[in-house]
Amino acid sequence: MEVFLFGIAKDIVGKSTLDLSTLEVKPNSVKELILFLNDSYPGFTKLTSLAVAVNGEYAPQELHLNAKDEIAIIPPVSGG
Amino acid sequence: MKKPIIEIVDAIDTAKVYEELSDAKSGGICVFVGTVRDFTNNETVVSLEFEAYKTMALKEMAKIIDQAAAKWPLNKVVMRHAVGVKKVQEAVVVIGVSTAHRDACFEACRFMIDTLKDTVPIWKKEMFKNKTVWVSAHP
Repeated sequence: MEVFLFGIAKDIVGKSTLDLSTLEVKPNSVKELILFLNDSYPGFTKLTSLAVAVNGEYAPQELHLNAKDEIAIIPPVSGG
Repeated sequence: MKKPIIEIVDAIDTAKVYEELSDAKSGGICVFVGTVRDFTNNETVVSLEFEAYKTMALKEMAKIIDQAAAKWPLNKVVMRHAVGVKKVQEAVVVIGVSTAHRDACFEACRFMIDTLKDTVPIWKKEMFKNKTVWVSAHP
C-alpha cells in the first residue's frame, strides 16, 4: 500500500511516497489513515485541512482502503 | 458546448487563448489570467513553484467545467494551469470562456477560477529571499 504525498505533505514526511505495506497494523479506512499520519508525523496536525484521495477522487472518512487503491494525501490546495 | 481544452502544462502561452475561444455563436469572450505577483504580506516574492497531482487535477478541472456548463450556456472553455517554477509576471493559470452574452461569460469565468482554487489538487510554494512557504497550508 503506497501513498502519494504532495505539497507540504511531502516536506512533513520527508519523501514523496509512503509505503504502508510494512506496517504491522495497516489503516483500513481513510479515517484510520489520517489518524496514523497525525500520530506518526505531528506536522499534519498543524495544517489548515487534510484530505485523502482514493483512486483520484476526494474520499469520505469512512471509505474502506484496499491494497490496490491509488491513495494520495491532499494538504490544503493552493492553485491559481 | 464544444469539447473543452483542459491542460496542465510547463509554460502558458497567453497569446493563443483568443484563437482557442473564438466562436461564431459567441458574442463575448472572458479570460482570466493568474500571474505571479512580486509582493506577498510585504515580502518580496522571487518566484512561485507549482506542483500538481496531475491525473486527479485534470478530473477535478473537468468537473468544474461540467458544473459551469450546467449553470450557464457555454460555447467554448479553456482551463490551463502551469506547473514548475514561475517567475514574477509569468502566467500560472488561464481560464477562458466564450458565450452568447456577456453576463454568463463573466459569471462562468469567475465561478471556474474560484472553484479551481478551492478543489483542484495543485499546490503553490512561495519562494522568498530567505525562506519558502506552502501557501494556505497553515491557519
